[in-house]
Amino acid sequence: MHRRSRNPEPHLFISLVTSHQRKEKHSTQILKLSAPGNSEKSSGNSNSGSDSVERSPGNEKCGLNFMETELTLGLPGGGRNNLELELAGKSQPVKREAEIAGNSAGKCFPAKRGFSETVDLNLSFSGKEEAEKKDSGPGNTRVAKVQIVGWPPVRSSFKKNNNSINNNNEIASYVKVAVDGAPYLRKVDLQTYSTYQQLLTALPNLFACFTICQSEYSSESKLVDISSGTEYVPTYEDKDGDWMLVGDVPWQMFVESCKRLRLMKSSEAMGLAPRTPQKCTNNG
Amino acid sequence: MTHDQPSAMSIDSDDNAPPDPSPAASAVGSTKQRPDLQAAFTDDVLESVLRFVTHRRDRNAVSLVSQAWYKVEARTRSEVFIGNCYAIEPERVAERFDRVRTLVLKGKPRFADFDLVPHNWGAHFSPWVRAIAQRGFQWLERVSLKRMSVTDEDIGVLARVFPGFKELSLVCCDGFSTKGLAVLAGGCRQLRGLELIEDDVVDDGVDWLACFPETTTSLVSLCFDCVECAVNFDALESLVARSRSLKKLTLNRHVSVGQLQRLMLRAPQLTHLGTGSFSPDPNAPDQEVDLVSAFNACKFLHCLSGFREILAEYLPAISPVCANLTSLNLSLADITAAELEAIVFQCHKLQLLWVLDSVRDRGLQAVASTCKDLRDLRVFPVDPREDSEGGVTEVGLVAISEGCRKLQSILYFCQQMTNAAVVTMSRNCSELTVFRLCIMGRHRPDHVTGEPMDEGFGAIVRYCKKLTRLAVSGLLTDRAFMNIGMYGKTVQTLSVAFAGDSDMALKYVLEGCPNLQKLEIRDSPFGDAGLLSGVHHYCNMRFLWMSSCRLTMSGCQEVARSLPHLVVEVIREREEQGDDDSVEKLYLYRSVSGPRNDAPPFVSIM
Repeated sequence: MHRRSRNPEPHLFISLVTSHQRKEKHSTQILKLSAPGNSEKSSGNSNSGSDSVERSPGNEKCGLNFMETELTLGLPGGGRNNLELELAGKSQPVKREAEIAGNSAGKCFPAKRGFSETVDLNLSFSGKEEAEKKDSGPGNTRVAKVQIVGWPPVRSSFKKNNNSINNNNEIASYVKVAVDGAPYLRKVDLQTYSTYQQLLTALPNLFACFTICQSEYSSESKLVDISSGTEYVPTYEDKDGDWMLVGDVPWQMFVESCKRLRLMKSSEAMGLAPRTPQKCTNNG
Repeated sequence: MTHDQPSAMSIDSDDNAPPDPSPAASAVGSTKQRPDLQAAFTDDVLESVLRFVTHRRDRNAVSLVSQAWYKVEARTRSEVFIGNCYAIEPERVAERFDRVRTLVLKGKPRFADFDLVPHNWGAHFSPWVRAIAQRGFQWLERVSLKRMSVTDEDIGVLARVFPGFKELSLVCCDGFSTKGLAVLAGGCRQLRGLELIEDDVVDDGVDWLACFPETTTSLVSLCFDCVECAVNFDALESLVARSRSLKKLTLNRHVSVGQLQRLMLRAPQLTHLGTGSFSPDPNAPDQEVDLVSAFNACKFLHCLSGFREILAEYLPAISPVCANLTSLNLSLADITAAELEAIVFQCHKLQLLWVLDSVRDRGLQAVASTCKDLRDLRVFPVDPREDSEGGVTEVGLVAISEGCRKLQSILYFCQQMTNAAVVTMSRNCSELTVFRLCIMGRHRPDHVTGEPMDEGFGAIVRYCKKLTRLAVSGLLTDRAFMNIGMYGKTVQTLSVAFAGDSDMALKYVLEGCPNLQKLEIRDSPFGDAGLLSGVHHYCNMRFLWMSSCRLTMSGCQEVARSLPHLVVEVIREREEQGDDDSVEKLYLYRSVSGPRNDAPPFVSIM
């Protein structure tokens, strides 16, 4: 079942949109590239749904060059990640031109938005995340079965140590959670949550000193240290090493790009994201 | 040039090259004409002389001179090394070498580490321990096993039967539990070393650390970082406190950083330390831990590992020992380049460094700029999947090659590589003996030119004249193997995966590499013709492994027919194969004892 059909937001496949498709919000004829860790999904889904992999005409053989010259909606330099382009079963590395991210307004942003654009989004944990929750059904469980046995050649004890495969033989997404000023950390498996709301609710359970407070001024929820009253804001480091505010991007994209979490004191986070609302179109 | 004869006792096999005559051998010849000199060569004299002959290859040569020399050599050999436990029956070894002090055995093929060998394939230690227990072997002090199945009972025998037993080393073994460890700890009063490395130890809930004798112990080495069970810290602390000779201690991940600090203060004489979790006790997370003074106290530390669940803020605490550090294993520590830099810039004497690719090219550049004495580098992937991000690239490889000219051994996991970078390394690092490059995406070419990786690996075999071990990856044509056959004259171990175009590739290697000992191949298009091209060489090798290639039963049978001293095992896991002639997995090895009698049902011996 496709997210696209259920969720008004265009889903976050890492994709290139060919120029003549730009008009269509919910695309469409995109060339779906498997994001890291997603190969098992994409190879399974490659022919399902009208909005998943359809190769643009003429793309089969010279796909690389063709795509690189296409105009895209995202800013270039979206990252130095190489994704596998699965064309006719052959794997070719290709540079990702842009990540297309969407929000409820149907706008497309390049992946690296500044914090100013994020403050209004998703920190208020409204119902729009619910739709994504449904997506984490059985079809989306990322089981390691599509991986070739014994390849890459690392020992299974090593894999267990690094937690990339969790106890259920699913691909886990363990990330460390650090708290400013506290000399300890926890690890969470992001795969066990389906929404930001769930993750945020779980954090006070890991760190007994926190509680979630509903702010009077907006519908935002904050983490507050019980003893000191200091407010903390959840931030994360993404694959490119940048620190972003949690809630920036749709959940699944966050799970894939988040390397570690840090609960930053609100006072420090001021530099990251101004609290004053920007001209935003968020309805949430 | 004599081949390494790791397992077969050369006396019976006529397939081995004759050894170079040793100087002693020629001396014997001349005494036949001089009977007055013969008396001088009594056994005692010979024994004294042979004490200086240590390497097993030389010892094998000595044993071939005459019956008398064979007997004296057998009496004086102190270490027996059996590279393939199925190459000879335990009883024969036990009968010949009854005064041996050290027994070293290796079992399963290396691809067992990657789940390619079915469980219960074999390599049991039990028949060996039974054979040596029956013969007495009073002098046995040390047993060192790799990739073998060891039971608790086997360990019990070692502890009970051999009065002088001192050291047990188990690497990549399984089949035993904490119960076995308890029996060893309690039963072996003179235990000096217990080294458990990458084993699969069953947690029986037994508090084995509490089983060591109450008095001062003789422990020099205690390595249990792979044991996943919780530890009784009080027992551990007390044990460390009463083990004044302890030099090597590697802790498992249940030891918190606070506990580590206490242990270090108890054992300032340590030279090797595995630091356990290197993060705080989850139940006392705010506890202040003064790690720096602990590292200050351990002035002799030069080898660090562990860091199982590292909290990076603690890493700088190792600074006091960095200047003397020769070995640093951070392969379980997910740290950034900056976090690595903070310590590696002080590690000028580092010879061994294992890291995760989370340190990225930048981290490797820092290593290259500082660690001029680096000999052994391994870069493992944080995310060991084919389609993962990959943390390091050709940039890191080139940086290392330029900074670390004395590099001897490298293992490098990456997602992208270029021929140019590999060629650069081949030119810069002429001391390389081990070159293992793993481009994780299968069949991946040079990401800049789109060419196969033939040129790079060709340069490695051509310019690294001391190369003994090679592992290849990426898109490779037959040309790469032609180069290996042409230039890889010193190569002993070769690992191939998803490479080559045809049987010619295998032929090039088998015909071109006279020193080839171990060849492991998976998922490559090599068939019977390639297999048969090696018939002239298989008895000089320790083993050949081929899985998911294009072999058939008839090809394997023909090899078995041509070489009576070869054991040809076909491993067939899938039931539904039925009469299918294709061979999923082949494992062949030389043996003087014929087909083994403990083969499980899924193994057919041709």
